[in-house]
Amino acid sequence: MRPQAAIASKVFIQRDYTSGTMCQFQTKLPSELEARIDKQQFEETVRTLNNLYAEAEKLGSQSFIEGCLACLTAYTVFLCMETHYEKVLKKIAKFIQEQNDKIYAPRGLLLTDPIERGLRVIEVTIFEDRSLTR
Amino acid sequence: MKSCEYQQIDPRALSVSPLSAQSHPQTKAQRPRRKWEVFPGKNRFFCNGRIILSRQSGVLPLTLGLIVITCGLFFAFDCPFLVEHLTVFIPVIGGALFVFVILSLFRTSFTDPGILPRATPDEAADIERQIDSSGSSSYRPPPRTKEILINQQVVKLKYCFTCKMFRPPRTSHCSLCDNCVERFDHHCPWVGNCVGKRNYRFFYSFIISLSFLTSFIFGCVITHLTLRCHAGKSLIQAIQESPASIVELVICFFSVWSILGLSGFHTYLVASNLTTNEDIKGSWSSKRGAEDSGNPYTYNGIIKNCCATLCGPMPPSLIDRRGFVPLDEAAAAACTSEIELPPFTAKNDTNMCTQSTKDVLERMLHSSDFHGVCPAGPPKTSPLGLEASDSLGAARAPSMCSRRADSPCTTCARSRKDSLHSINPAFRLASPSPSLPRVNLALSDTQEKGFIPLP
Repeated sequence: MRPQAAIASKVFIQRDYTSGTMCQFQTKLPSELEARIDKQQFEETVRTLNNLYAEAEKLGSQSFIEGCLACLTAYTVFLCMETHYEKVLKKIAKFIQEQNDKIYAPRGLLLTDPIERGLRVIEVTIFEDRSLTR
Repeated sequence: MKSCEYQQIDPRALSVSPLSAQSHPQTKAQRPRRKWEVFPGKNRFFCNGRIILSRQSGVLPLTLGLIVITCGLFFAFDCPFLVEHLTVFIPVIGGALFVFVILSLFRTSFTDPGILPRATPDEAADIERQIDSSGSSSYRPPPRTKEILINQQVVKLKYCFTCKMFRPPRTSHCSLCDNCVERFDHHCPWVGNCVGKRNYRFFYSFIISLSFLTSFIFGCVITHLTLRCHAGKSLIQAIQESPASIVELVICFFSVWSILGLSGFHTYLVASNLTTNEDIKGSWSSKRGAEDSGNPYTYNGIIKNCCATLCGPMPPSLIDRRGFVPLDEAAAAACTSEIELPPFTAKNDTNMCTQSTKDVLERMLHSSDFHGVCPAGPPKTSPLGLEASDSLGAARAPSMCSRRADSPCTTCARSRKDSLHSINPAFRLASPSPSLPRVNLALSDTQEKGFIPLP
């Protein structure tokens, strides 16, 4: 019998604004996921995501040089160059894909890249694990 | 069955509701729609979604016209005289400033200011649940504000009824554009767009360069008229020889005061990391009470604040204008508009499986069509058709489907075959929702990849 699964519910990890408007997500494991995944694992995933977003928004020398260059070229440089933020977003997408394949999909969960939800939430889709009931 | 065989079926081809099927019997492959075409805000898009403007473009044509006309007159009438009597660098500097002003203006007007996409129905439902559970009495509506701590300061987040979410800090809903904009500064009619997180630096460079340009032209015109007067003519004669100069003088005189004032004001805002919105509302004014209510976003340093606002990393656009409309929105739109059949783009298998699963599942959740469960026969639609339109309702439907069918594969396979043939609207009416079994089939295929099969 092929196991079937349907979406049981979706859980939304909200943003954490305690350090300002920087893109950070709450690391607390929601109660609906407690049965499915290890707390440490989940927190590790969210913490890594938070670090990646912090890296994207960092006011470092690279972003400063990018900003100045852009200003001098009347912002036309953005038309041909990929910004630092976009590069990090690609890294984040790859990371989420990896996490889904290795950790979350075997447990019947699916993380949605926050950029697809406007960086508001991390959407975790919980699948009904019918294979467990057979 | 191969694990990703469901790729051969286009689930989106089957998400046709009876109404649309009736009105559009010729279900040829329609052009795939991009997200900007279904964008809910009051915006206008050009160049296939690359350029975004507010629907109310305000006085942008006037701004452009004034700048171009003034500079045109300057180059045509004042520059020849000044090049002859002073230096050739005058039109060069003027030209450079003009180009910079125009480019900044276009960047400000045509860039997404930081629009937040509206919450998906699932998110909205989740937030509503949280609000309702925290509400105390049943007589009063539950509170629609949330208080959070930012840098040890209490900040209130308001719930946006249009976008169905709690607005992040510094975000405000622009009523003219009908969008929530991050770090909302103001809606500028002169540029015909909101000024927010993503285009504030363009706006700032626009007004600074415009101040330089207007001051420069003003100075040059005064110099021009003065030089003519020094050559032994009276002022009236000088003006008669160069009438355009008076036009420029008048325009620049009025512009200089307002633009310089605006530049000064925005320089102050940039240095203290405030927005116009916050400043006008007095959100962080020290007058409010004895408690420490300073700006929680400031970096407590003018240079750092300037760098953060103007040279900080450029955040990406969150609304993904040029992306294609995903399955769930396509299904919802299919009920009221033409049928869309977006093509399967070439992706790798794993990606395709996950993506299609997600899409198919999301479509199932958002489908407004809950009648059919397993269309083994038409009569079986009514009992389950009256579920509420929240995710749990939709989620229950497919599980019931699998319990009903003796063998999910055969039922689904049969329905799939039927469905493939049934572009015929008459058939659609009989079995309204062939989509759900497809979901089960699709899922069953995917789960081979995702789930650890248990014996």
